[in-house]
Amino acid sequence: MAETTRQEFMLGEGSGTGGGPQNIQLGVGPAHPAMHGIIRIVTELDGEVIVNADVEIGYLHRAFEKDCEQGGWNNAIPFTDRLNYVSPLINNFGYASAVEKLLGIDVTERCKYIRVIMSEISRISDHLTCVGASAMELGAFTVFLYMIKAREYLWELVEAVTGARLTISYGRVGGVKADLPEGFAERTLKAFKETREVLDEVHRLLTGNRIFMDRMVGVGALSREETIAYAITGPLLRAVGVGYDVRRAQPYYTYDRVEFEIPTQKDGDNYARYLVRMAEMEQSMRIVEQALAAIPDGPINVDFEGRPIDPAAYVDQGKQGKTEGLLLLPITLSPNLQGQQRADLNRVNMGDKRVVLPPKETAYGSIEGLMNHFMLIMEGYGIQPPPGEAYFPVEGANGELGFYVVSDGTDRPYRVRCRPPCLPPVAALPRMIAGEMVADLIPTFGSVNMIGGELDR
Amino acid sequence: MEILAELQRRFGDAIVETHEHHGDATAVVARDAILTVLAHCRDDVALAFDVLMDLTAVDYLRYPGREDGPRFEVVYHLYSIAHNHRLRLKVRLDEDDATVPSAVALWPIANWLEREVWDMFGVRFDGHPDPRRLLMYEEFVGHPLRKDYPITRRQPLIGPAT
Repeated sequence: MAETTRQEFMLGEGSGTGGGPQNIQLGVGPAHPAMHGIIRIVTELDGEVIVNADVEIGYLHRAFEKDCEQGGWNNAIPFTDRLNYVSPLINNFGYASAVEKLLGIDVTERCKYIRVIMSEISRISDHLTCVGASAMELGAFTVFLYMIKAREYLWELVEAVTGARLTISYGRVGGVKADLPEGFAERTLKAFKETREVLDEVHRLLTGNRIFMDRMVGVGALSREETIAYAITGPLLRAVGVGYDVRRAQPYYTYDRVEFEIPTQKDGDNYARYLVRMAEMEQSMRIVEQALAAIPDGPINVDFEGRPIDPAAYVDQGKQGKTEGLLLLPITLSPNLQGQQRADLNRVNMGDKRVVLPPKETAYGSIEGLMNHFMLIMEGYGIQPPPGEAYFPVEGANGELGFYVVSDGTDRPYRVRCRPPCLPPVAALPRMIAGEMVADLIPTFGSVNMIGGELDR
Repeated sequence: MEILAELQRRFGDAIVETHEHHGDATAVVARDAILTVLAHCRDDVALAFDVLMDLTAVDYLRYPGREDGPRFEVVYHLYSIAHNHRLRLKVRLDEDDATVPSAVALWPIANWLEREVWDMFGVRFDGHPDPRRLLMYEEFVGHPLRKDYPITRRQPLIGPAT
């Protein structure tokens, strides 16, 4: 083919200086520094104005729902960690509660409080990440560092409780993995003091900051009607003045027993979303403080007489038939093996033997305990909810996180559906950015807080 | 619950079945009536289900006792902000005629949710403005959440021809 001359190119068919406006297509992503996940936004530009946009998702699809159907009911818990990986605890508890609803069981009081406390800590760290990252993309790198510092304090708490920072797998059907560690309340209050200082600093840096306001006020706005029609929940819905929050509307765990406000704004733009998130963090800290004060008390460590013995020695004694009094003996186990004392486990897990693994002392020390353990672990046994379906919504950091589970009466979920809270806002993203400048795409996308893990599942 | 009674009174035979397991009000609706029922649920003042919280499907191919029945169920979860109540509507579909009228005209979010159901289950939505796959790529063969799609199946990598 002959080389196209410059003149031909300019005057050629469908390009150059020909008749009418000519929009260009600009693909943002899938991998772009200002994208928090892998997502592609194909924009149609008229100059610098976005005329139209198409969002392509699915780059992080890893068959969450299909995988859940392959193993037992508890095997899905680690998968739920990886949905919203910034606040995985809420996913854990949401899934566990959906299965509990199917089973018709209720967890212990202490467990409910632990779930509330850990959910709120996750919510704060999620909002910190979201606000910090969006501020960074607008050039406020200091804010990002401050907020990540605060998140670090919270993740240290998460690590102290669950043993991991991200892939925590802490929730269990019928309870949680382990009790809160010693001195947790003091550590939490200390971390909150630091977090409050950071929030205060961020308020002084951003709220009212001329550059920040110029980029956020009036940008990415969505009307109240459209927000509802797009099924958007969470901070984005509250930013248009609808005070819907699952924690208040349909209280679960102990949210009806703590006092908190639902911050709302009217404008529905990025700035309103920022203000809602900032206010929500303070409310979450309030909830945790109340929950820590109200959590049913009891010694974390059982006051026992005599030394704890090694599990191997325990098994040996059991084999030799020296089982008398064995159940009362304390045992040393590493925390990773759920080696809490029995009393702790009973406090955070419900007593239902169909659902909750027995304490290791019982599993190692008595035939009934061992059988109970195997019945829950062996394939084909395990948790077997009665046939039926249930939907359980919790308030995730991005909005309503719902799990719709269907059981056919076997030990495997027949269907697990996760209602991802960040899918509706991403679906509405073209509506938010249409008619705005290319540069406005970045703060709007940041305020949507897209989390690839739960969006693509 | 009164929502279900009200729906039954108004739509009669179009409401095939209702139940309230675990406190979730559920109605199985005939396919031809689903759009009318959804529109009524959205617009009626006493119901006012203004949010389509979720739209998904379940493949009942291997479900004990339902192997011969309609294979798919499309599940709508509705929520009303004003009245703070929920409703689950379901439509049963046969495998050889797995088509439902699209709800995009009622709620724009149905666009993506229906695309996902088409992608994952191969259920078609009549009148959908943009019936592409949502999560998988266009060249993907089959619908992965169907019960007869083996989890071990590998599909060739796609990309520009080298």
